[in-house]
Amino acid sequence: MAQATSKPIAPMRNPGMPLDLDWVESVRVNRSAAERRATTLTGRRTVKKQWQAAWLLKSITLMDLTTLSGDDTPGTVLRLCAKAKQPVRQDLLDALEMPPITTAAVCVYHAMVPSAVEALAGSGIPVAAVAAGFPHGLSPLRERIHEIRASVAAGATEIDIVISRQHVLNADWAALYDEVTMFREACGEAHLKSILATGELATLENVAKASVVAMMAGSDFIKTSTGKESTNATLPVGLTMARQIRTFRERTGYKIGFKPAGGIRTAKQSLDWMILMKEELGIEWLDPHLFRLGASTLLSDIERQLEHFISGRYSAFNRHPMA
Amino acid sequence: MTVKDIFETLEYGPAPEEAKVAQQWIDDHKGEFGHFIDGEWRGGASHFDSFNPSNGGKLAQIAQGSSSDVDDAVAAARAALPAWQKLSGAARARFLYAIARQIQKHSRLFAVLETMDNGKPIRETRDIDVPLVARHFYSHAGWAQLRDSEFPGYEPVGVCGQIIPWNFPLLMLAWKIAPAIAMGNTVVLKPAEFTSLTALLFAEICAQVGLPAGVVNIVTGDGETGKAIVAHKDIDKIAFTGSTEVGRILRRATAGTGKKLSLELGGKSPFIVFEDADLDAAVEGMVDAIWFNQGQVCCAGSRLLVQEGVAEKVIAKTKARMENLRVGDPLDKAVDVGAIVDHVQLDRISDLVEQGVTEGATKFQPKSFACPKDGWYYPPTLLTDVGPASTVVQEEIFGPVLVAMTFRTPDEAIALANNTVYGLASSVWTENLNLAHDIASRIKAGVVWVNCTNQFDAAAGFGGYRESGFGREGGREGLYEYLREMAGHGGTLRDVAKSSQVPPRPAKSLDVTHKLFIAGKQVRPDGGYSLTIHGQEVSRGNRKDIRNAVEAAEGALGSWSSQTGHARAQILYYLAENLAGERERIGVSDAEMDASIERIMHYAAWADKYDGAVHQVPMRGLVYTRNEPIGACGVVCPDDAPLLGFLSLVLPLIAMGNTVVAIPSEANPLPVCELIRVIEASDVPGGVLNIVTGLREELEKTLAEHDTLQAIWNFGPNGAETETMSAANLKQTWIGHGEDFWAEPGREWLRKATQVKNIWVPYGA
Repeated sequence: MAQATSKPIAPMRNPGMPLDLDWVESVRVNRSAAERRATTLTGRRTVKKQWQAAWLLKSITLMDLTTLSGDDTPGTVLRLCAKAKQPVRQDLLDALEMPPITTAAVCVYHAMVPSAVEALAGSGIPVAAVAAGFPHGLSPLRERIHEIRASVAAGATEIDIVISRQHVLNADWAALYDEVTMFREACGEAHLKSILATGELATLENVAKASVVAMMAGSDFIKTSTGKESTNATLPVGLTMARQIRTFRERTGYKIGFKPAGGIRTAKQSLDWMILMKEELGIEWLDPHLFRLGASTLLSDIERQLEHFISGRYSAFNRHPMA
Repeated sequence: MTVKDIFETLEYGPAPEEAKVAQQWIDDHKGEFGHFIDGEWRGGASHFDSFNPSNGGKLAQIAQGSSSDVDDAVAAARAALPAWQKLSGAARARFLYAIARQIQKHSRLFAVLETMDNGKPIRETRDIDVPLVARHFYSHAGWAQLRDSEFPGYEPVGVCGQIIPWNFPLLMLAWKIAPAIAMGNTVVLKPAEFTSLTALLFAEICAQVGLPAGVVNIVTGDGETGKAIVAHKDIDKIAFTGSTEVGRILRRATAGTGKKLSLELGGKSPFIVFEDADLDAAVEGMVDAIWFNQGQVCCAGSRLLVQEGVAEKVIAKTKARMENLRVGDPLDKAVDVGAIVDHVQLDRISDLVEQGVTEGATKFQPKSFACPKDGWYYPPTLLTDVGPASTVVQEEIFGPVLVAMTFRTPDEAIALANNTVYGLASSVWTENLNLAHDIASRIKAGVVWVNCTNQFDAAAGFGGYRESGFGREGGREGLYEYLREMAGHGGTLRDVAKSSQVPPRPAKSLDVTHKLFIAGKQVRPDGGYSLTIHGQEVSRGNRKDIRNAVEAAEGALGSWSSQTGHARAQILYYLAENLAGERERIGVSDAEMDASIERIMHYAAWADKYDGAVHQVPMRGLVYTRNEPIGACGVVCPDDAPLLGFLSLVLPLIAMGNTVVAIPSEANPLPVCELIRVIEASDVPGGVLNIVTGLREELEKTLAEHDTLQAIWNFGPNGAETETMSAANLKQTWIGHGEDFWAEPGREWLRKATQVKNIWVPYGA
């Protein structure tokens, strides 16, 4: 299956760096200003008509199509993978004169990795596994590291770990750094996405500092949420993390990816996140190497919007194949 | 462009706002508009064209108001006044409320029309201007309701002439009309000639809600129409927003007419970034400061002051951010910077920038995009390598041009920030609250935004220090511009004081020398002349004595204004105590002496009690006001009651932290000459109160013309000249009468002795 994207070369992988506490301590985030920027940003930019259709198609290719439920079975995972391979009805793609597209990845629990790997064999779509005691991150360290290794061994090429929130809340940056460094080592060749669980970090300054430490420890991506916290990905949090990614790049030259997750359900939201990326980090970050949208139900709203663009009529959920 | 192409490039593409309804509204009027006078539309005798700045196309024909149009409008406003004033507050409130509602119902029409007429982005008119307009009318509907209970002793001023600028056409209209009619005044408003359309749509709304005819009159036209309004004999108050240059003209034109005047003028507002700020937030703040409304904002943060240690970083971030701005058709929903209002303004901006470059500035403009060729556009611009002496640092550019300088310490930041003739607004970026509040208290500007910028709300006062004008709009403080204190009730005291006998002076054992009192010392007059008054020699001060006294007053200002109110109170109480001990030698009647001592006690009591407020704006944060001293002030005393008159004027100023140069009564300065010894004995710090005796006309001219003085109160016979001469540096003036100081002292005096600073501090953990 030919991908529509003319793939940019994957950025050089972040090797990590020694913990720089001066840097961490110098981080400042003004919440009111961040909220103001986040609120007005979506009023400053919008995409309409074919631009909107194109951006929505793009957002599909940036999506980590996800299922993280206690009642997941190999059967539901197969269905999800089928959707990942063909996320948009063929007649819609034809009408838009678009070649086939796929989602960026499929994201599952460790137990579902073999099913996903098998279902996606040959598609080029990577399997991401949540690991390290997801979603709370409070199981024994040895088991968390073991879980990462096991998922990698089972064929996951991306690992979404969770950090220990206590290290952030207690400002124990060395402990956080050590933890993420160990996770990175356990990942080997697999890419490390560090979930900060920002809804439990209390302040944007904590979010920013945790982002910096996670990047110093060698994360390939930093990610907002597990989807299980009471507050999920919000634009002020995304803005805060994006700005730390920008600074990290300025200071080290390495480009770190960003993944908002949790609560992203509408086409409009996916566009807001893409606009945030484009405005704060630049167009380079609208690429699956550097940006993912963690979502489970988002796709069906996007499909409906695409159909509306083509037909001029409002569509219905049951007209699009479920995952 | 195909979907597949855009899929690769991820461009934004056009996102045009529909202009159809607004264009239809113009077409329904056949593109030609008249004046709204006495509730009716009247065609103009002649018209001029109004253009759409985004494409230079003709939008409409606007009537040129003649002086007879203005006469009719003023007559209508005068005729409407009694009934409008007689309405209950609740009834007036309902009209304001109805206007607010109508504006909301037609919000998009107003927004689109404003964008077409002015060139500012639809995002701003839609998300900022129009919502603030509605908010202003809602808030002032409330004030209409509350006027009688909240402002006892005050009455409406009468007929108000209001002249507004083109940068926020509808919002400035709201800032003018809402408080005026809420307080029971009627108005004649002239919109700027570039941007009349939303004012005319507003007039239709007034008619729709059944606002009584004559309460709001809109006369369109250029500066000539404005002149007719300013010169009109039957107007009680002029409110103006615009350039400092025109503000001066208005000050001179209204001098001595008794017209109340408020001026919102220009600025060159500092935007101060400390090294501990959230720098990304500060850079985004700059976008809101100087690339908001194309920088055509009187309070635009146009002077970037950044701490040296982070300067390089901030400038780099700023340039990167500028590359991301989108300049273009203001009706496009995804445009940040729209069109400049007129080619005249565009020329002025580019001339000033070129002059800056000629003087050595380095110009940066984004390289990643170009401005549209049709219409009047100027790219976002950053000028570095400039200093306080650069023209572009001194002059208000009124365009999307930021000038950047660095500082090392908080003191230097303050010095640079205050090194301007203006004092409208300022923005301070730091995460350190000690620093934030300290800087906020020391910046000479009517508005301080901490970690934010260009925030406005009906509940907060807005207005300038220095040559940025006087008067406030918004908040409780703004309402006083449309109120007048009812006539004084000082008759009893005056009668008693005047009828009682002045005790004979004690026999002189030795000769008495009455000197001037400057910088805490008795000094001989520079000229070496004396006047003989009631058989005693009194120093005849001259220009140089005034100069020295002003220098002393300015020198003492820093420490006196930063004294606690409590400390100032102690000194005043001590003064009262000492005066009571010396009452025999002062030489005024017992009644005047008793009233004088009481007056000192009165202002001693007030010294630590004239509190600021916390305003309730729709923001998570604190907007607090400080009633700050105005600065070094001049006082010209009346002849009526030589001691009480002097003290009545000087005390409120001093109690509030101002320093004073006073010219005592020319006819009888002796009581004040005697008072000097009492002052010396009372720990009043040198320079706080300076006294220059002599010929009033000679001295007051120097006072009124002195550019260091920030206010002058003249209770003598020559108030008109004083007002005229005050125009050079736009001193605040109070031309008073005997009625005023015989009456009860109190808040109104303190209000005039202070200026309100609004400090915005959003917070959030």
